Amino acid sequence: MNRRNFIKNTGCLAIGFSISGSFIDAPSPMMQELPESIKRHPNINAWLEVLANGQVRIFTGKLELGQGISTAISQVAAEELDLTMENVEIVLADTLRTPDEGYTVGSGSIEQSAMAVRFAAAAARHKLLELAAQQLNVSVDQLTMKEGKISTITGDRSITFNQLLNGKQITDKIQAPVTLKPKENYKLVGKAIPRNDINRMVRGEQFYIQDLRFPGMVYASIVRPPAYEAKLLHLDEKALQKNIPGILKTVVNGSFIGVIAKEEYQAIKAQRWLQKHSKWSAGTQLPAGTDLVTYLKTLPVQTKRDNEKGSMPTDTSSFIKAQYFKPYHMHASIGPSCAVGIYENGRLHVWSHSQGIFPLRESLAKLLQLKIEQIDVTGVPGSGCYGHNGADDAAADVALLAMAYPGKHIRLQWTREEEHAWEPYGSAMIMEVAAVLDSSGKINSWQYDLWSDTHSTRPGGNANNLLAAQYYSTPLKEKQGFSGGGFRNSEPYYSFPNYQVNGHMFKGPLRTSALRSLGAYANVFAIESFMDELAEKAGKDPFTFRLMHLTDERAKAVIRKVQELIADVKQAANTGIGIAFSRYKNSAAYCAVAAQVQVQPKEGTIKVQKMWAAIDAGEVINIDGLINQTEGGMIQSASWTIMEQVRFDAQHISSRDWVSYPIMRFSQIPEVEVAVLNQPNEKAMGAGEAAQGPAAAAIANAVYKVGGKRIRHLPLHKR
Amino acid sequence: METTIQLYVNGKMHTVQVHPSTPLLYVLRNQLALNGPKYGCGLQQCGACMVLLNGKAEPSCMLPVSAVNNKTIITLEGLAQKDTLHPVQEAFVQEQAAQCGYCMNGMVISAVALLNENPKPSDAEIRAGLERSLCRCGTQSRIIKAVKRAANIKG
Ligand code: FES
Ligand code: FES
Repeated sequence: MNRRNFIKNTGCLAIGFSISGSFIDAPSPMMQELPESIKRHPNINAWLEVLANGQVRIFTGKLELGQGISTAISQVAAEELDLTMENVEIVLADTLRTPDEGYTVGSGSIEQSAMAVRFAAAAARHKLLELAAQQLNVSVDQLTMKEGKISTITGDRSITFNQLLNGKQITDKIQAPVTLKPKENYKLVGKAIPRNDINRMVRGEQFYIQDLRFPGMVYASIVRPPAYEAKLLHLDEKALQKNIPGILKTVVNGSFIGVIAKEEYQAIKAQRWLQKHSKWSAGTQLPAGTDLVTYLKTLPVQTKRDNEKGSMPTDTSSFIKAQYFKPYHMHASIGPSCAVGIYENGRLHVWSHSQGIFPLRESLAKLLQLKIEQIDVTGVPGSGCYGHNGADDAAADVALLAMAYPGKHIRLQWTREEEHAWEPYGSAMIMEVAAVLDSSGKINSWQYDLWSDTHSTRPGGNANNLLAAQYYSTPLKEKQGFSGGGFRNSEPYYSFPNYQVNGHMFKGPLRTSALRSLGAYANVFAIESFMDELAEKAGKDPFTFRLMHLTDERAKAVIRKVQELIADVKQAANTGIGIAFSRYKNSAAYCAVAAQVQVQPKEGTIKVQKMWAAIDAGEVINIDGLINQTEGGMIQSASWTIMEQVRFDAQHISSRDWVSYPIMRFSQIPEVEVAVLNQPNEKAMGAGEAAQGPAAAAIANAVYKVGGKRIRHLPLHKR
Repeated sequence: METTIQLYVNGKMHTVQVHPSTPLLYVLRNQLALNGPKYGCGLQQCGACMVLLNGKAEPSCMLPVSAVNNKTIITLEGLAQKDTLHPVQEAFVQEQAAQCGYCMNGMVISAVALLNENPKPSDAEIRAGLERSLCRCGTQSRIIKAVKRAANIKG
């Protein structure tokens, strides 16, 4: 692949043309709300094009992160246009080609991008039928559509999409109401359509950002400081040149150091050499050796009442209380962050696996003092990221190097150590819950306090949050991140007459940002652990206790489903099952999880043997994709819950590889089973984060069942 | 100093000019333009870079290229016979055993080596055979199913 091809591929010209007459055949009975993305990009050809070979090309501003979004979006498009999956190709986030859909986050890609494409494809369908009706001189209801061809019902005449458009594209605006294909006619949506990209991955075809190769490409590495905010005091560039062959350029700007070399391994050797042979100031000391919970409680906070209902009793002395804790967690992508960049003829082109290439472009423009129009960013899939990892930072690093060394494609591959030690972690959180039961054993009042650092320091159009900006000649002040993420799922979904939720936001010792489900993981862990504790106090079983506090039938249905899944499971010695429930964001997918664990009585070793989930994500687009995401969510959450914790010493992060930050390996992986409650007439919702919280609490509840030990501070396994 | 090294990869002899201490992984990816073996840690801890070395699954990220010039190297790209996927690859597709798929190379290579030695592995043997390879997406349950499918083991 080379740049010329990239540009050649983008050279599709859309020629506007208009044909009078409405393409809407029946107004929708309800006021139809168009997806947000369509409001920003209202033209059909922003979302799809008909290619010369008759295929349809779909554009999405979202990136494939391994969540199967390209398949789901293709399914929706193929469905509306009566195409086969083979007739559809998809272009992912690219500032040169696709609509700007912000960040690929919050399980929002189905709700936003897939729905935008659904409306665009439906509008295109009506337009094409309209055109065909004119050409074939029949009415629209005399026509059928199949695999890129429109025919008369009698079958005597037909015309292809291509013949209709004659090389042009449909530039009409998508306007509500758009008649969508009736769901009972669906052939693809809802089905387990296999992902096409797996075929490519299994053959080792070029797929990931790491696989980009350009003629003459050179390789870079970055020399990281020994500590947060350490400043470079001395670097011997000449000695580097003497000791390591192949160095093309050393870029030093303030405390930002990059090396560009002919070969990748030379760049790595240069990095290692400079790490040993450079002098730095001490930087920020980390609070090593102190109990993290105690330490975090000493930090100044900004307190906010996020939610309340009824009135809390003034005397809370009779309340049942518990404190829960979640340590810092890593995204810990298997492939560390990577980026490619080139600056030539006054233009910068960056390839990145960032979740938001449009905001990244804006941030880069500010960092480099370029105009946005001078920068192109192409999204290329990387290793699964599960939130804001080092992707944007690597892109900024490579952009700085590209500016200093123009004319060549530069590839930067972060090392394992860099990713582990410099990525923004999921914040540590403390949750304190207190509640009182009424005489019937129902929760009367519920007091919830959480302590958290920010869950979003995405660049978001600013340069300040990019790691390199902190070390560049004039370090930019760190932007205060959005602290709302800590509140995610902090409000109880159960109906309690009185409750109060307070957040206490601190600025903690480590760099933090968005990790899959943000605060929901810790909040649901706390709430659902506490629900079990209260159930026991009330003398109720965990299922009944939850059901008696719920009014939402869909919530009850997933809980009952999970109850059914485990109904016949026999318990061996030292094993037990725990359950938990949450509705993600209190507004998206419903998920109930059961976990069976085995606890060795002597050593206390915990093994998660099996996990079950029942999930309702509204209308299902790809049932296998939904199951895959839910299985993976449970396993990942089990790993976080059982064993994960970012460690640090006084100087910096000490979790720098897979030995010092272990994650679950095969011998520890539970079996998983997922039941999907499809709701074809409900809104389609993303599900990628729904299992994180309930999985954690279900495991902790199961551990309590087996040994009678309630572990409230994660990880469950202390090393 | 760069030297000329001959490598027998995927049934062909290749001649490369590299420093002999360069780990095999970088030569496969950068000189031979192969995508199968991936960089994950460079520390022999994650399995992303697995290749078949004389039929055994070995991480390639710390192995000096000079140490393998007389060995038979097979990468993910070398498993399929023309258009026919290796049964392990086919099973991964059938089971849709990937999310991001970044770990898949290590998983497939390890599974091929395992099944060569032990055509009917037990569940515990499959897990042991894949223990060196990490997956962060949590696809392991499907990967185990895929290995069972490739070995024609029911359930
Ligand atoms: S990259 Fe070789 S084992 Fe991780
Ligand atoms: S599928 Fe993403 S790391 Fe395994």
